[in-house]
Amino acid sequence: MKKLNYGIIIVLGIISFIPLLWVFITSFSPGNQVINGGFPFWVSNPTVENYVKAWETAPFVQYYINTFIIVFGVLIVQLFTITLAAFAFARVNFKGKNVLFILFLLQLMIQPEILLFPNYQVISQLGLVNTKLAVMMPYWASAFGVFLLRQTFKQVPYDLDEASRIDGCKWYQTLWHVYIPSAKPTYIAFALVSVSHHWSNFMWPLIITDSVESRPLTVGLALFAQSYETGAQWGMVAAGTVMVIMPLVVAFFIFQKQFVSSFMHSGIK
Amino acid sequence: MTAKRRKFSSGKRSNLFAYGLLFPSFIFLTMFTFYPTLKSIQLSFYSGPMTRLQFSGLDQYKEVLADEIFRKVILNNILFMLGTVPTSLLLAMYLAIWLNKRMAGSSLLRTSFFYPTIIPLIAVANIWLFIYTPQYGLLDNFLHLFGAGDTNWLGNPNTVMIAMIVMIIWKDAGFYMIFYLAGLQNLPRDVYEAAEIEGAKPFQMFRHITFPLLMPTTLFVMIVAITNSFKNVDHLYIMTKGGPDNASNLLLYHIYEAAFTNWDLGKAAVLTVVLIVIMLGITAFNYLYLDRKIHY
Repeated sequence: MKKLNYGIIIVLGIISFIPLLWVFITSFSPGNQVINGGFPFWVSNPTVENYVKAWETAPFVQYYINTFIIVFGVLIVQLFTITLAAFAFARVNFKGKNVLFILFLLQLMIQPEILLFPNYQVISQLGLVNTKLAVMMPYWASAFGVFLLRQTFKQVPYDLDEASRIDGCKWYQTLWHVYIPSAKPTYIAFALVSVSHHWSNFMWPLIITDSVESRPLTVGLALFAQSYETGAQWGMVAAGTVMVIMPLVVAFFIFQKQFVSSFMHSGIK
Repeated sequence: MTAKRRKFSSGKRSNLFAYGLLFPSFIFLTMFTFYPTLKSIQLSFYSGPMTRLQFSGLDQYKEVLADEIFRKVILNNILFMLGTVPTSLLLAMYLAIWLNKRMAGSSLLRTSFFYPTIIPLIAVANIWLFIYTPQYGLLDNFLHLFGAGDTNWLGNPNTVMIAMIVMIIWKDAGFYMIFYLAGLQNLPRDVYEAAEIEGAKPFQMFRHITFPLLMPTTLFVMIVAITNSFKNVDHLYIMTKGGPDNASNLLLYHIYEAAFTNWDLGKAAVLTVVLIVIMLGITAFNYLYLDRKIHY
């Protein structure tokens, strides 16, 4: 019984790994080899030609730069907004706290992902269509981040807070020297979830961007892949795909523990 | 209680202070959640071009609800949900239970199940497009070994949904597995010890202890999975564009088509309202109903 179950799981594990292995191998295969059949997990004469060609055909460097700017542009502003809001919800009593809390909760239910069309209208009213700013802005407030951080801030002992005040700290100094350092693991968890999420985001940037200067990698890859429909160019599309997923996959293998625990954190309610 | 803290916890000053702290978040929530939601509701009652909007009441709702494609899309989305959610949850639970035990290679296997989570769906679509390609695609290549093959998985209305469902299960099961692994680690040891003393068989333990104790995890993951089945549509752009004959089209992608391919703003607004209602319904059901049910 036990052996059977482990057997099944090992087989499933291998099946699950195949797509990654295959796209990697295909990205080094000469074009004709893909469609001529043969064993798909072996390249007799590996080549980097696919990468060279993909790199020449589409402005991947620009897409990388755009994605970096977008991903970190989102993260930095988020860190600022969620820290302040989480501090208010965790440590200040004020009128309307519950109502405001529920309004924040609404963003968890109605995420910007599903508001493609009305958000497009907002951005176009602001005159920001086809800018990197437009890709970032809808995500600058994060109810998820606020709730995650509020939970952590609540666990900071009042004594520490008071001690710093007695020492003459202003609220922002207390926040900076007491709360933020104690929430470091939460910040890391949030940052990993945010970065991987926005690296992968596709539909919104597809709609709101229309030029090489503002398009992220995902949209660039989709346009690149769509210009090739025959199997002979699979190698190139595979190379493009590898270029887009590699930073994430490599980061994942290096920070595996942090990734897993941060995704687990994202399960908070 | 010190004077400082009292000052901090009541009075007009602390109200203003808190509003100040919430302000930066609130601007963006207003611009990209509250206002767009209200705007969609408003626009769904109007029709005509943007510059000459006319109040049309429920006409557009009637039109959309009577639209065969809309019905098909909703039905597709329900099928997609029914196909992906229970299967990935069961698979995730099964994987977690066996991978929770320490054995050689278990962390390697966990990695193999989890890595699809971090790959962008649009890249997944590229990879699986190759897998599903007739004749020389990976799947058909494999099926040739058994004398079968040459199936146009994505081109046939009967198989395209199944192909999508399998792909999403591959992508998401490992993500849900992580929550089950966490859930399993929080289960009380002593209950198992007691059951062991009473001579419970492994399957009985699962049936009467593990499964019920994992219920809160299951319900939470279920809500995440259901919302995902309405949010994840990137793959359609690469793989099928919703076709053939709308057989793989999903609600959010249909909104994208209505708004940005056909520029039918009124319809897009109605569809957006429908999606918002579904999302609110799922989460409200979670908070108001399920959350109360699972405390035992």
